[in-house]
Amino acid sequence: MEHYAGEYDVAVIGAGHAGCEAALAAARMGMRTVIFSISLEAIANMPCNPHIGGSSKGHLVREIDCLGGEMAKNIDKSFTQVRMLNTSKGPAVYSLRAQADRKKYQSKMKYTLENQENLSVKQAEIIDIVVDKNKIKSIKTNIGAIYNIKTVILATGTYLKGKIHIGEISFESGPDGVFSAKELSKCLNRLNIKLNRFKTGTPARINKNTIDFSKMEVQEGDKNSELFSFESENITSKKQLPCYLTYTNEETHKIIRENLKRSPMYAGEILGTGPRYCPSIEDKVVRFSDKERHQVFVEPMGEETEEMYIQGMSSSLPEDVQIQMYRTIRGLENAEFTRPAYAIEYDCIDPSELKLTLEHKSIDGLFFAGQINGTSGYEEAAAQGLIAGINSSLKIKDKKQLILDRSEAYIGVLIDDIVTKGTNEPYRMMTSRAEYRLLLRQDNADLRLTKIGHEIGLISDERYEKFLRKKERIEIEIKRLKEKVIKPTDSVNKILEDNKSSKINTGVKLSDLLRRTEINYSIIEKLDNGMNIDLTKREKQQVEIQIKYEGYIKLQEEQVEKFKKLERKIIRKDIEYSKIKGLRLEARQKLDKIRPTSVGQASRISGVSPADISVLLIYLQSNK
Amino acid sequence: MDTIAAISTATGAGGIGIIRMSGKDTFSILRKIFRMKENIEYDKIPGYTMKYGYIINTNNLEKIDEVLVTFFKNPKSYTREDMCEINSHGGVVVEKLILEQCLNNGAKLAEPGEFTKRAFLNGRIDLTQAESIIDIINSKTEKESRAAINQLEGGLAKKIKIIKDLILDILSDIEATIDYPEYDIEGVTNTRILSILDKISNNLTILKNSFDNGKILKDGIKTVIIGKPNVGKSSLLNAILDEERAIVSDVEGTTRDTIEEYVNINGICLKLIDTAGIRNTENEIEEIGVQKALQSLKNADLVIVMFDISKEMTKEDLELLNKIKSKKSIIVLNKIDKNENNFKLNMQKYDNVIELSAQSKKGIDKLYQKIEKMYNLKDIEAEDRTIITNIRHKREIEDCLHNIKKAANEINKNMQIDIVSIYIKEALENLNNITGESVSEDIINKIFSKFCLGK
Repeated sequence: MEHYAGEYDVAVIGAGHAGCEAALAAARMGMRTVIFSISLEAIANMPCNPHIGGSSKGHLVREIDCLGGEMAKNIDKSFTQVRMLNTSKGPAVYSLRAQADRKKYQSKMKYTLENQENLSVKQAEIIDIVVDKNKIKSIKTNIGAIYNIKTVILATGTYLKGKIHIGEISFESGPDGVFSAKELSKCLNRLNIKLNRFKTGTPARINKNTIDFSKMEVQEGDKNSELFSFESENITSKKQLPCYLTYTNEETHKIIRENLKRSPMYAGEILGTGPRYCPSIEDKVVRFSDKERHQVFVEPMGEETEEMYIQGMSSSLPEDVQIQMYRTIRGLENAEFTRPAYAIEYDCIDPSELKLTLEHKSIDGLFFAGQINGTSGYEEAAAQGLIAGINSSLKIKDKKQLILDRSEAYIGVLIDDIVTKGTNEPYRMMTSRAEYRLLLRQDNADLRLTKIGHEIGLISDERYEKFLRKKERIEIEIKRLKEKVIKPTDSVNKILEDNKSSKINTGVKLSDLLRRTEINYSIIEKLDNGMNIDLTKREKQQVEIQIKYEGYIKLQEEQVEKFKKLERKIIRKDIEYSKIKGLRLEARQKLDKIRPTSVGQASRISGVSPADISVLLIYLQSNK
Repeated sequence: MDTIAAISTATGAGGIGIIRMSGKDTFSILRKIFRMKENIEYDKIPGYTMKYGYIINTNNLEKIDEVLVTFFKNPKSYTREDMCEINSHGGVVVEKLILEQCLNNGAKLAEPGEFTKRAFLNGRIDLTQAESIIDIINSKTEKESRAAINQLEGGLAKKIKIIKDLILDILSDIEATIDYPEYDIEGVTNTRILSILDKISNNLTILKNSFDNGKILKDGIKTVIIGKPNVGKSSLLNAILDEERAIVSDVEGTTRDTIEEYVNINGICLKLIDTAGIRNTENEIEEIGVQKALQSLKNADLVIVMFDISKEMTKEDLELLNKIKSKKSIIVLNKIDKNENNFKLNMQKYDNVIELSAQSKKGIDKLYQKIEKMYNLKDIEAEDRTIITNIRHKREIEDCLHNIKKAANEINKNMQIDIVSIYIKEALENLNNITGESVSEDIINKIFSKFCLGK
């Protein structure tokens, strides 16, 4: 039986990290929005690692925050430990990482969704999307409810035909015991959307009471660490939970090698492609057979649970083998599993079928976000969800779509990468994917994106005003440091000497002193406390980075200018690549498939050579 | 587009000279200057056919040379335009006269590489092919054209790959520690990075220097013949060129200007420059010639300094020997057929002395052998000595070297690794500009093949 159940502007299918951001963004932009999840208990679940952030992912979280997303605020409410990583490696790669209280993270997010104006939260499985003349019309639930809608955001994560493998055993399932979505894949097939099969995995969870932590190294959180959201300016004084480090050994590796034939990966049972950066322990032992040990991190799942996550030990070996091999590890000799490790296969699309807005190229109003696009990671999913939510709303409002470019944000790099190149394995964000990472720092995400967030209506006037004042204070202080000359007095030279910096003989600008490797802003404050404004910790940090790295930042800005030249060369939508003489066949086919919007994007398509780009440029020039 | 014309064979090389024309007016221009033996309409001449006839001077209708003209009909030509090739036998001067007729009748002088550019623009070839083809066209000798082919087939690419692998090696170390801060990745110490950067610098320097050899292959060894008036410089030049090219006389100071000629000695291309005799002169015109001679000495790859063996060594001669001390040089003692050795050169001091007679060509073979030995082109030819001959490639390699040095400099300044990586990445980009690959993919692929990371 079917029944008409209502009408929405935006329907979000799936309530994981992508879905939540998409739904909140759309609702906050005034769209009548509905979000569906097969189980409302699975909202914002972290079926794998219980942490958010880290290298480049921390950057994404901050960017999400500055565009009005929820992830940063939500983790700030629910973390159990925070650390700033990479502090010795340079300002661009400082990375904030937080352990999450998984249950708390979920319930906080669910609560936010439930209280969001314009947003309905519903438990149902969507089994059909009705498309009429390549335009979205309606969707249907498994119990026959039909909703008329304008746009759909598909954020199904690993649920599409999800299949779990543990050794010889396999069964259809989503993560953490939730049903998989079995029907929607057929619908996508009918819509002529090509599906790929990817695979990922997760390690076992172990009851804390059965672990001997005295045999492991303790990893504490940072005291006085900053948080993710630029709105959570306050430093935490909360009690943090520790993580632990231990190692595999020869015995572990021996058990793995002896049981490889029982692994569904090696037996050929799993057909999906797994990520290289997230290999199972079997993979690591096989591929790096000369390595004597591998690191194993033991992380808390939350404050009100004794379950611990065992990072580094993802596996699809049978449970009995898993228990044997886990117990060879120092500290885990008597470990008791609460959940075994498993591998999961799922359907995803080829993201090169999408536009840079995350809308499907040929189906009007159908957006995709998160793991269904072949990415992996909560942060990557949330970033896409946010952009899909924003663009579906802008589309309905008939406004210009939001596309961030590679020089503006990691989000821009992420989306440009998957849309332009597609991906043949789950895609993970990495700082090395960003060409201009000295500009895309996590500390300046607000300077880069708050204005955009405000323009699309997801950053409040109040926050924007506050941001503008911050920006102004930073500029004033930088100007002051560049103008103020400090005299070579004894007390100045004493401070310099104390900080292992060479003495000065003549007057020197404060900014020049700050450029010295050994001098930081707090030393400058000691040298000259002439500020007439009170700067916050973050503002001081910003002043320091902008002065210290000014030359390098300029260099990257020049690179960006070069990059933008090709980005600004727009390719008409109706270009016929078959008519361009001199393009190689492969380039012609690739260009025709991806249909890049600019020559810059075209140049990043694999299989399109610099020579092809020259041909394209000449063609565009002569057909102006 | 205009119709273009140019002499497409290298100056001085070989007996046949080809003048090429391309563009829509090719045949109408040809009709004016070419008197074909047969009487056929141009429209009826199929492509790829050769016709015999004369090129005439359209002003006075005099014959310039008898020629064979090859017809190419658009699009079946190198440029995909209407084209013709005029084959003449008349040597440099005649080639120039024929070209002049083309230009007088409506063609435009082609820029260097313009035929290839048109081939590229009209979709006939891609850019990398175009670059190498330009080099092949410009190559003046067989050896150089082999080097160009070697580049085309990836000799250079192979060399660059070795350097790229070194760069990727450090970059993947750096990037892995940044992207996986919690994992222990050994070996990313400043000392290790510096030592690899040093290795990269060395490799790049070798490649960069090979450009000079490459240039020699391409442009010829710039050879200056220098000596006092009347020691026989022009005679030597003529002997080498085997034709009466320079004016030879017994009066001192007959050669007033420098003369340049290309000559092919056992496959080595020499760009010979004859200079006015060096001596103190009051004659103004000659003075300019002498200055020019000293000037070309500075820029020369090889100096042939000549003395008259029958005359006694003077102070001036010693000065001249001093002047060429820092240069690659050959000392030629001329006029051995006079059978008087008054010059008395300290032979122990010099290992580069050739005695010969420019007049009778006696001993000239020894000079050739010497040149061949000095340039050791057999070594250059060897497979592992890739040579860059393309100026764009050279520039990228220089930039790459510059960036590598900057990276090392940042490490020495104690800058964080992320800043250092900016320059290393830029260096990689330089090399990728030659080979046409993407940087970010390279690093990521390397990280995963090298390290064992993940949950």
